[in-house]
Amino acid sequence: MSIFVNKDTKVITQGITGSNGLFHTKQAVEYGTQIVGGVTPGKGGQSVEGIPVFDTVAEAVEKTGANASAIYVPPAFAADAIMEAVDAQLDLVVCITEGIPVLDMVKVKRYMEGKKTRLIGPNCPGVITPGECKIGIMPGYIHAPGKVGIVSRSGTLTYEAVHQLTQRGIGQSTAVGIGGDPVNGTNFIDTLEAFQNDPETSAVIMIGEIGGTAEEEAAEWIQANMTKPVVGFIGGQTAPPGKRMGHAGAIISGGKGTADEKISTLKACGVTVAPTPADIGETLSKVLEEKGLLDECTTVK
Amino acid sequence: MNVHEYQGKEVLKQYGVVVPRGHVAFTPEEAVDAAKDLGGDLWVVKAQIHAGGRGKAGGVKLAKSLDEVKQYAEELLGKTLVTHQTGPEGKEVKRLLIEEGCNIEKEYYVGVVIDRSTDQVTMMASSEGGTEIEEVAAKTPEKIVKVSADPAVGLQPFQARQLAYAIGIPKKLVNKAVKFMMGLYQAFVDKDGSLAEINPLITTKDGEVMALDAKLNFDSNALYRHSDIVELRDFSEEDPKEIEASKFDLTYIALDGNIGCMVNGAGLAMATMDIIKHYGGEPANFLDVGGGATTEKVTAAFKIILEDPNVKGILVNIFGGIMKCDVIAEGVVEAAKEIGLDRPLVVRLEGTNVELGKKILNESGLKITAADSMADAAEKIVSLVK
Repeated sequence: MSIFVNKDTKVITQGITGSNGLFHTKQAVEYGTQIVGGVTPGKGGQSVEGIPVFDTVAEAVEKTGANASAIYVPPAFAADAIMEAVDAQLDLVVCITEGIPVLDMVKVKRYMEGKKTRLIGPNCPGVITPGECKIGIMPGYIHAPGKVGIVSRSGTLTYEAVHQLTQRGIGQSTAVGIGGDPVNGTNFIDTLEAFQNDPETSAVIMIGEIGGTAEEEAAEWIQANMTKPVVGFIGGQTAPPGKRMGHAGAIISGGKGTADEKISTLKACGVTVAPTPADIGETLSKVLEEKGLLDECTTVK
Repeated sequence: MNVHEYQGKEVLKQYGVVVPRGHVAFTPEEAVDAAKDLGGDLWVVKAQIHAGGRGKAGGVKLAKSLDEVKQYAEELLGKTLVTHQTGPEGKEVKRLLIEEGCNIEKEYYVGVVIDRSTDQVTMMASSEGGTEIEEVAAKTPEKIVKVSADPAVGLQPFQARQLAYAIGIPKKLVNKAVKFMMGLYQAFVDKDGSLAEINPLITTKDGEVMALDAKLNFDSNALYRHSDIVELRDFSEEDPKEIEASKFDLTYIALDGNIGCMVNGAGLAMATMDIIKHYGGEPANFLDVGGGATTEKVTAAFKIILEDPNVKGILVNIFGGIMKCDVIAEGVVEAAKEIGLDRPLVVRLEGTNVELGKKILNESGLKITAADSMADAAEKIVSLVK
């Protein structure tokens, strides 16, 4: 098993005719993801790479039975694209787009209240269940099927962690990039809860960064609710205050959101924190060994 | 994006927020003309820099005559102000705001932020105006009251009244305070604010509610729909290297160390800075070349790093996903040949087309130290710059 996506997930691409959307849709098809359609308003009726294109998400869902969407549309139109997908009652919407105005996302979050759709992102690498389904821009080949869940605010740093695991023979159940924006869909706690409830996930890696208090809240949730071991890493220990470190959400403001604060809360809540980004794999290995889980988690032979 | 106090006040004025009358001045003569135009016998000469704490640093002066206006303007223009927000190097004052003096009755605080825990715009207010709100939050958190605006309907007058009563605005001025807060909220959402602080908001002896100071930040991601705000950008307040980087859509932030970094992805870029520090080095910058970089972009990034005289060595750390390692390698080689590589360079490549990337670097004839992992790369560059 896995969380959020699996081999049965039927995916459409919103923004399929754009260069990013098309490139990553092809990559996803190559990986074995069930891509059933695409949406670009005004280009309905065409097909790209053998994939049918529709004018609206509602039509795409009706014709293809899709239950998930990947969004690659430009930032000015992305909030609208998310709401269209939510209105079409998809189970999952993954928004890759970077640079959406925060106040647009504030409206999106309000619009989503009481609706069934789960949003991952925006400004995220996406979600992958190795060997089954890849929605997003992560390089597929570094992943391997297995039992360790990963949740992260960062893209390339997640690849780094996945790579370290796969090299050690430790496969992944699902890797979820929740994105680097201050207002986003799925958060750490939502993902941790899903991993906790997934019988096929034995341990979790959580990668956070400076800014906000999502990691602290997650740490407290872990202490109260999680029986599976969690290894953490927080990026930005050397980041200066008041500067936006690339991600819109990665900023220390008013002395809040520092890495030190997050690391000490995580440790106090029983999470083992990797001292450097190069030690994420090794730290997890040690924890798995202590808990007697290393054998079952070593899925790459 | 940051703007100056006087620019923030201009924006707020369009929304019915009352601010003291004032004019911007770039020279002492303009300062005197501004004071003459304002009339009266009391003026405030305020240094305009993109940093708070100006008052304590001597950047705000009260002038009782036109001669004093001229004297203070001469003193402040060209002076480097060091406040707790500028860093030790301080910021040079190039503009002044000349305002009419106000008859202050009491000072309050009003701020607008996007609260990440509620995903909504939150207005905060406090009776403790004039002091840092972080200080109030730490010492007397009960003195800060907050309301959350439902994005479907916006901030409601009853919420503004709640705030006004809670911070003790005199009853006869509550309506004016409500108008002030509603205008501030509207300016924030219309112009895609990311932070607005009115500290202090004042009540005056003649029964006015106004913004004595204004700090407004705008969401850079939303600037495409606000050409009026874009025009307010003051390039002289920014690091020239950061401006150059933004032309190429690169995210660059200058730091104090001597190891230049070029990384793809914000998270990995931060982590790379961390690991340099872990091995005893100091990063000279944060640089995210982004996901879809071209050779030209990588060349530009590399040049920006090399142009920093503090940089004694460079670490390139790439985990290719969308970003292909051969593209990075070509950019590095191109840039190094163009400007001459006179400092140690450690490159760690991983991911898509890694073998091709390594081949390009090996065959370039450049003196490049290859690294197998992040740790290996950090260790090598730290020892090379020592």
